[in-house]
Amino acid sequence: MSSDRILSVDHLTMRFGGIVAVHDLSLSAERRKITALIGPNGAGKTTVFNCITGFYKPSGGTMRLTHDDGREVWLERLNDFRIAKQAKVARTFQNIRLFPGMTALENLMVAQHNALMLASGLTFLGLIGAPSWRSAERRAIDQAKFWLTRIGLLDRADDAAGNLPYGDQRRLEIARAMCTEPALLCLDEPAAGLNARESAELSALLLSIRADQGTSILLIEHDMSVVMEISDHVVVMDYGVKIAEGTPQVVRDDPKVIAAYLGADEQEALAVMESGT
Amino acid sequence: MDYFAQQLINGFVLGSIYGLIAIGYTMVYGIVGMINFAHGDIFMIGGFIALISFLVLVSFGLTAVPLILLIVLLVSMAITALYGWTVERIAYRPLRHSFRLAPMLSAIGMSFVLSNYSQIAQGARVKPVPPIITGGYTLHASSGGFVVQLSNVQVVVVITTVVLLAIFTWLVARTRLGRDMRACEQDQTMAALLGVDVDRTISMTFVIGAALAAVAGMMYLLYYGLVDFFMGFVAGIKAFTAAVLGGIGSLPGAMLGGLAIGLIETLWSAYFSVEYKDVAAFSILIVVLIFLPTGLLGRPEVEKV
Amino acid sequence: MAALAPAQTHASRAQGAAFILKKALISAFVALVLFSLMIGIRTEAGPSGQLIYWTRFGELAAMVVTVFGGSIIVELLRQWWGPVGTIRIVPPSVQKALAVARRAIAPLLLVFTFLVPVIFYDQRYILDLAILVLTYVMLGWGLNVVVGLAGLLDLGYVAFYAVGAYSYALLATNFGLSFWVCLPLAGILAAFWGMLLGFPVLRLRGDYLAIVTLAFGEIIRLVIINWQSLTGGPNGVSGIPRPTLFGIPLTPGDDGLAARLGIEFSPTHRIVFLFYLILAMALLTNWVTIRLRRLPIGRAWEALREDEVACRALGINTTTTKLTAFATGAMFGGLAGAFFATRQGFISPESFTFQESALVLAIVVLGGMGSQLGVALAALTMIGGFELFRGLDQYRMLVFGIAMVVLMIWRPRGLIGHRDPTVFLKRSHAISSDLVKEGHG
Repeated sequence: MSSDRILSVDHLTMRFGGIVAVHDLSLSAERRKITALIGPNGAGKTTVFNCITGFYKPSGGTMRLTHDDGREVWLERLNDFRIAKQAKVARTFQNIRLFPGMTALENLMVAQHNALMLASGLTFLGLIGAPSWRSAERRAIDQAKFWLTRIGLLDRADDAAGNLPYGDQRRLEIARAMCTEPALLCLDEPAAGLNARESAELSALLLSIRADQGTSILLIEHDMSVVMEISDHVVVMDYGVKIAEGTPQVVRDDPKVIAAYLGADEQEALAVMESGT
Repeated sequence: MDYFAQQLINGFVLGSIYGLIAIGYTMVYGIVGMINFAHGDIFMIGGFIALISFLVLVSFGLTAVPLILLIVLLVSMAITALYGWTVERIAYRPLRHSFRLAPMLSAIGMSFVLSNYSQIAQGARVKPVPPIITGGYTLHASSGGFVVQLSNVQVVVVITTVVLLAIFTWLVARTRLGRDMRACEQDQTMAALLGVDVDRTISMTFVIGAALAAVAGMMYLLYYGLVDFFMGFVAGIKAFTAAVLGGIGSLPGAMLGGLAIGLIETLWSAYFSVEYKDVAAFSILIVVLIFLPTGLLGRPEVEKV
Repeated sequence: MAALAPAQTHASRAQGAAFILKKALISAFVALVLFSLMIGIRTEAGPSGQLIYWTRFGELAAMVVTVFGGSIIVELLRQWWGPVGTIRIVPPSVQKALAVARRAIAPLLLVFTFLVPVIFYDQRYILDLAILVLTYVMLGWGLNVVVGLAGLLDLGYVAFYAVGAYSYALLATNFGLSFWVCLPLAGILAAFWGMLLGFPVLRLRGDYLAIVTLAFGEIIRLVIINWQSLTGGPNGVSGIPRPTLFGIPLTPGDDGLAARLGIEFSPTHRIVFLFYLILAMALLTNWVTIRLRRLPIGRAWEALREDEVACRALGINTTTTKLTAFATGAMFGGLAGAFFATRQGFISPESFTFQESALVLAIVVLGGMGSQLGVALAALTMIGGFELFRGLDQYRMLVFGIAMVVLMIWRPRGLIGHRDPTVFLKRSHAISSDLVKEGHG
């Protein structure tokens, strides 16, 4: 089981000037599983994400991504867009980053940029309207339609992304990430700001992505009901280090975790305990 | 060596003038986040007002040079400051919360307005004045016959710059107005909630920037003995270059950048070619920005993800 | 209450009058101080080189009174119109009519443009003006790729115009290459310079980008002025060959077009030819841009304008995306430059100043960033309006500057502010400009 890891992060350290945001962190995410990264605010979760997705260059440590065919990619050696393009790691953002002035459909088309770029013969075939390009474009639209249907936004395909309600924007961002056909999907607080019903829908969506697409998911989440419901494995961070990991049940009962949450934020600690009962 | 020393002095004086203009750019940029394209022309207006008030004073029979200079300085600072205030009020305030490009184009339009206004009002020809401050010191005479000189004009320019900078630094660091300005720079909404009059603070920023530009305009007049309606454009671009070079938003950076541009320009003219001095200044700007994207003293911009 | 209401209105109106008067008085006082020395006193270098001055208090008083009156008028207009940002409710029927009219503008304008040489055949002035407008339309469409689509602020666009113009002028005068060979070369060279500029500025954002592109434009101009052996310096290049209709010259000679067609020669033939040439080039620019917007590269440009970080997270190479935008925009600028050179027959650095860059940028922003029709309308307004003031020679730039300020305050998002989606499933909804970002570059 331990051999089928899609992502192994080893001894990851990230410093900003004198501040150590992440210290000697090791974690792994298993293939076709949902791994949750939790911890109080300021624990360094998003920093870990930014390292994995190439927005920060880690100060130390390695991050190895193993594809289904056994191909290995060292993420710390790739920078920004190459991680998404070559390593097939897609992500969403804590503060939604859609293209607000483009329609939902266009957002999903942009996500298929690299595939479409090749199909359009680096623009030249597309400019003359070659048939191969036209069929590639149709396939891309079908792919976008497929994901819009999955997130229940087919009716709003032609509306500007910035005009969609908040919950829809969250789901659209996930759909956009999925349109890049990722091996690993990293979600930064996907349930933030969602109501209970929307959270439940989100959980269902993520479970179906894991089941149908076989995509491995790594997520940061504060909403414990989501974490407890869908995670296969939970890693708990506090002050830049890992303090616990295991199945949701194990983590939930770990006194260190409860202490970290109580020390940081009573509400969240209570949420942890309640969600287990 | 002597030649080099002389160029150093000249560059330093020119740099002081650029620095004074650059402060206006950097202050406005810091507080409202826009390039005030009209600022170079405010400098030009300052030069014109200094020239006219000087002429009037002389024709009134005033002869005491220090007194004349003081009055001219105060008059041009006051009137030019009002120009700065008016430009902000008319062309920028209505666009304060608008899209980023709108105030920039409005500023470019304002720059055209000001330069053509003074062309129409005062004619297109260059306006020369006889040297007002004469004399100087010989610092060093070498055997080769080259003499390093420090003229009185240069002394006046540097001393005025230093004194005004000291006053200005005090203003920003120690007064209520300075605190309001720094607060608005950080967060206008929060500053307004805490009782800072944002509109007034921004107006004052333009007023101070324009007053310093007027000083620069007067120093330019004293140093070069001429003004013309077109001088604002090139001086403005170079001063903005200086502000960017020093790190936009940083006041010491603006002065440092001004000195750097002044020195580069003078040394390049002295050792390479006069024709390409502006090309040198702009090329160095581009090179610096490639390696130090936020300038010499600018705060590094951390990308929030 | 009912009895009080009219009295209150009356009181507020009286207060309004006092307020307006007070404001006008303050404005007049500010104007008095501002204009006191600049207009009240006129300086000029006298015959002996000595500076002399005379007073113009009459003009000063006139200016102050004008400001006083103007302030009252502006304030009354403002009260009548309501606060800035007031949205007038337009009845649906009118809205529908407007929508129809809006859709009809583009085809009507195109048809009219094609007919311009027919209608105004005898009016050389109008034809020349139309050619000028079309040149700026093409420049605007070219810059629109960089500023409007990719959201990268370019204040040195005129540099590529200059590169195109000088490429054609020098290749044609030195090597005798024809216009049709030089035209693509000029485009390629300008695109190459666009890439060259693109590399250093890739990491820069916002106003740093603005100042570097401005500096680049100035560098190109200064090099042209000073590299006399190549460019002729301030004297420029003259004797640039006129274009031919694929090898057939438009001259009165025996091999000229008129002689071959057996019609009487007229110099207007060449003007008409130039008109259709620039129209074709502009339409090509438009067609390519519209095509590119629907291709992945164009969508990537727009996505870059919307959110660069998100682009990188989706695996888009932002470096090459920016470079292609710069190169494409520069290429169109270069093509327009080659046309400019062949039309004028003479070019000098004076034609490539910052004012040109500012004018083209103003056209793009006024048009509504990204809108092809808006850019065309803005070019027509700006260049046409500029021509209206030709008689007021020295006031022209002043009026132009005032117009820029007023237009920006009136329509900060341009004439056509909405964005049309590039692909749709059911129906294409225009996207409000409030949602469309303008980029960080």
